[in-house]
Amino acid sequence: MLRDITIGQYYQTESPVHRLDPRVKIGGTLLYIISLFLFSGFAGYIAAAVFLAVVIRLSHVPFRFMVKGMKAILFLLLITVGFNLFLTPGTELISFWKLSITREGAEMAVTMAVRLTLLIIGSSVMTLTTTPNNLTDGMEKMMKPLRIFHVPAHEVAMIMSIALRFIPILLEETDKIMKAQLARGADFDSGNLLQRARSMVPILVPLFISAFRRANDLAMAMEARCYRGGEGRTKMKPLIYQRRDRIGYLCILGYLVIGVTLSRIW
Amino acid sequence: MAIIFDHVNHVYGGDTPLAVKALDDICLQIQDGQFVGIIGHTGSGKSTLVQHMNGLLKATSGHIYFNGEDIYDRDYSLKKLRSKVGLVFQYPEHQLFEVDVFSDVCFGPQNLGYDKKEAELKAFEALRKVGLPSELYYQSPFELSGGQKRRAAIAGVLAMEPEVLILDEPTAGLDPRGRAEILDQIKGLQTDTGMTILLVSHSMEDVAEYVDRIVVMNKGRILYDDCPKEIFARYRELEEIGLAAPQVTYILHELQNRGFQVDMNATTIEEAAETVADAVRMRKKR
Repeated sequence: MLRDITIGQYYQTESPVHRLDPRVKIGGTLLYIISLFLFSGFAGYIAAAVFLAVVIRLSHVPFRFMVKGMKAILFLLLITVGFNLFLTPGTELISFWKLSITREGAEMAVTMAVRLTLLIIGSSVMTLTTTPNNLTDGMEKMMKPLRIFHVPAHEVAMIMSIALRFIPILLEETDKIMKAQLARGADFDSGNLLQRARSMVPILVPLFISAFRRANDLAMAMEARCYRGGEGRTKMKPLIYQRRDRIGYLCILGYLVIGVTLSRIW
Repeated sequence: MAIIFDHVNHVYGGDTPLAVKALDDICLQIQDGQFVGIIGHTGSGKSTLVQHMNGLLKATSGHIYFNGEDIYDRDYSLKKLRSKVGLVFQYPEHQLFEVDVFSDVCFGPQNLGYDKKEAELKAFEALRKVGLPSELYYQSPFELSGGQKRRAAIAGVLAMEPEVLILDEPTAGLDPRGRAEILDQIKGLQTDTGMTILLVSHSMEDVAEYVDRIVVMNKGRILYDDCPKEIFARYRELEEIGLAAPQVTYILHELQNRGFQVDMNATTIEEAAETVADAVRMRKKR
């Protein structure tokens, strides 16, 4: 059941998007998200949708796989649309009971729905085509200039990659503990809310203990290998921009120019 | 007849290309009161097999009967099955969660609906059976030593008073002394209560002395199912699947090759010592 979450998952395949430098993808995704909120009007969103469709096509990730991860967000999307639809003041279109739909509200709701959908799919393209390790590598390098403000870029990246690595381990651990407690006659599916919450204690306590134990072991193992943080540390595979990365940046720039001009004239 | 497996298959990862066949056409009968060792290399399917016995995993196809009833019948209570078939997982001390050892052991019987008094009585009995010193009963389970934690966790399952006790690698990570202590305790349980016991392990050495039957698993299939002496006689085949017979088997074979008259049926260290002593005495007489 916990395995159905596809957000943040990596999809293993061979494609030009997969090969791009993670910095291009992180930067591109950020610019894409900003562009979604800058553009106003129909034409801008068409440009955004077309651009995303092309990138998805190039990434060789099945569209079906992406939409599967969307289901979890659907609820959030519906709430946002609902609030915008009913609570925006303006010229009334239809009204019933205490609710009324306004022209401005309808426009707002549609824009929000389109924006959010594109935003979620857009950012999931990044995680689907970049391994977690690559992603944190890219972030680390992008955050390097922030060192003058004493931002510990390497440490933040290391924490992130460890956290990501531990997700599957802890899922497996949860599964094991659940089974063990089931074997001792535990019941997780019946009773009222309070009883159910209480029945989680025999899972959560061992899970926390095991997480701490693992953290302790890992810290020990890292120290035994003389890990002292990022100072003077080199990489086995340093990130170096290639020709395709420059092309990638140019494509994103081109998209921004086209999008901005389109939303200006139309 | 306690447990019957009738052509049981189990496939992990259903319809995906990553599907793995963990159990392949398993037919198995476990009689009441038997002490059975289930041996196999890592990934041979032994843990998957035992998790079917109390309904934690559901077979992809095939049937499992417990005391003559099909456990996959719609009105069969899996909770009742789990109270009859106790399963002690690998590293069971990782499931301890209560504030003291005694309340942790009470968790099982309380889940089965016994009232506080009865549950405490059963917990007390179980702790006594695993030989945990009574001054530890009201300590936090996290303050015990590795071996003590493991006993406490085994008591947690024993307190449910199961008819069948399954232990998945109960000696993993223990030192040789802790290992022998736990195994002796388990053997004692079996002789005292006549309980059916299944011992899952990858070490022949562990089970050789204790069990009356060994089931050897390889790649999801049952390769051999026989008494220890017969199994160890095929030590060459066992080596091929990454297992080994107990060291005494090798020593006896080597001695026989060098012309000593040893009894090849010896499997435990005591038996082996006796037959080696006899052989040496015979040779001296000549």
